[in-house]
Amino acid sequence: MSDRVIYLFLGLFGLAALVVPLLPVVLARFVAPKRPGQEKLKPYECGMEVEGDAWVQFRMQYYLFAILFVVFDVEALFLFPWAVIFRAAGIPGLIAIGAFVGILALGLIYAWQEGALEWE
Amino acid sequence: MGMILPEWINTLIRLVIPIGIILALAPVGMMYLTWLERKVIARIQDRVGPNRVGLYGLLQPIADGIKMLTKEDVVPAGADPICHFLAPVIIVVPALFLFTVLPFGPRLVAASLTTGLLFFVAIGSLGTLAIFMAGWGSRNKFSLLGAARTAAQLIAYEVPLVLSLVVVPMIAGSLNLVEIVRAQQGRWFILTPWGFTGFFLLLTAGLAEVNRTPFDLPEAESEIVAGFHTEYSGMKFALFYMAEFLSTLAMSGLISVLFLGGWMGPLLPDWLWMSLKTFLLIFVMIWIRGTFPRFRIDQLMGFAWKVLLPVSLANILGAASCVLIAGFWGNLLAALLVFGTFLVTTQLWLQPKPQLTTRWVQVGSS
Repeated sequence: MSDRVIYLFLGLFGLAALVVPLLPVVLARFVAPKRPGQEKLKPYECGMEVEGDAWVQFRMQYYLFAILFVVFDVEALFLFPWAVIFRAAGIPGLIAIGAFVGILALGLIYAWQEGALEWE
Repeated sequence: MGMILPEWINTLIRLVIPIGIILALAPVGMMYLTWLERKVIARIQDRVGPNRVGLYGLLQPIADGIKMLTKEDVVPAGADPICHFLAPVIIVVPALFLFTVLPFGPRLVAASLTTGLLFFVAIGSLGTLAIFMAGWGSRNKFSLLGAARTAAQLIAYEVPLVLSLVVVPMIAGSLNLVEIVRAQQGRWFILTPWGFTGFFLLLTAGLAEVNRTPFDLPEAESEIVAGFHTEYSGMKFALFYMAEFLSTLAMSGLISVLFLGGWMGPLLPDWLWMSLKTFLLIFVMIWIRGTFPRFRIDQLMGFAWKVLLPVSLANILGAASCVLIAGFWGNLLAALLVFGTFLVTTQLWLQPKPQLTTRWVQVGSS
C-alpha cells in the first residue's frame, strides 16, 4: 500500500472508530433511567454543601512544567530525524546533536538549581 | 468503467476489513483484560476474584457492560454539556488508533506507515486533551484538580517516554514498526546495553502514561475521589476505563515491538508470538499494580524530571557509543554512562531538599 492509501485508511478508520464510543452512549440514552434531581445534579463534594465555584485560576507551577515539557518535546522531535540517519551522519552528526542536547541539558540543570522542578 | 469499478471495490474491501477486525477485536481484548486484571489481582491478594458469572467468571465483563449500560448518566447542572459529552468519546478514538500501526506479523499490520513510531507517540498523547476536557467540563473541584494533576503527570512522563524511543530508530534506521522488528532478526533489542535500559525506561514511562500503579495518582481515591472522572457515571465512565485498558494493551504491544522482537519467535505463528509477548508485559504491569504502593505527587514529578530524563539522554549517548566504538568497549562505555547517570541523579533526587528561598517558590505558592 502506498502512503496515500494508508492515510485514506487512517481517515476512514477515524470515522469508523467514532462508532465505538458513540454507540454505547447513544444506546444508554434509551436504556438507562433518567431521574434528575436538584441534589443529584450538584457537583460531588463528598456530601458536603458545595462551596464556591470550580472554575478558578490555579497554580503557576503547572505552567512552569508545561514550558519545560514544550522545550524537551520539541527537542525529542528534532532527535528523531537525526536518529534515522544516525549511521550516515556519523561523528559530525553526533557532535552537532550533542551540542544541541547539551544546551538543553544545561537549561534543565539551571531549572533544577533554581528549584523549578520542586513540586510544593 | 467496468474494469475500474471492481478495482475500486477491491481497494475499499482491503481498507474496510482491517478496520472491522481492529474495531471488533480491540474492545473484546479490553473486556477480557479487565477480567484478567481482576483475576490476577485477586490471586495476589489471596482472593478468588470474579467466579459467579459463567465458567471462571468468564462472562463477568459482559455482565459489567450490561450494568454500565443500564446505569443513569448524571450530568452535573453546572457542567459544560458539550465538553462533558465529548471528553469520553475523544479519549477512546486515539486509543483505538494506536492499534493501526502495531504489526502482528510481517504483513499483518493495518497501516505500515513510514513514520509509524512517531504516529504512535503523537496519537497516544492526544488523551491528555480529553482528560483535561473531562476535568474542566465537569465543573467539580476534584475533577479539575485531578485533570490538572493528570496533565502534569502525562507531560512529565511524555518526555522520557519519547526520548527512550529515540535509541530504536538510531539502530534500526527506520521509524516504520515493521522495519524495526525486522532489524531485530537474530538479536532482540532488549539484549543490548542500550536496549536493556530503553526497555525499562519505556516500561516505567509507559506505566505512567497509561495511569497505572504506581503512577495512578490521577485516580488516587484517598486524595481526590476519582480524579478527572468524578462526575461521570454509566457508559461514559466505562469509556474512560475502556480507553485506559486499550492504551495499556497498545503500550505493551509497542514495547514488545520495539524491544522484544515483535512477532519473532520459533515454532508458533507470528500473531501468536506477538500476542504472547504483549500479554506477558500486561501480566507484569498487573503484577506491579498488586505489589507497589502509589507515588506521592512530588516524588512522581521529581522522578520524571530528575531521574528518567537524564538517564534517557545518557542512554542515547550510550547507543551512539555502542555503534561508533562498537565491540566490548563500546558496550562497556554505554553501560557505565547509563549506570553512572542513574546513580548520580538518584542520589541528587533523594537528597533532602534544601530550604528554598528563590523567587520560584514565592510566585508558585501565592
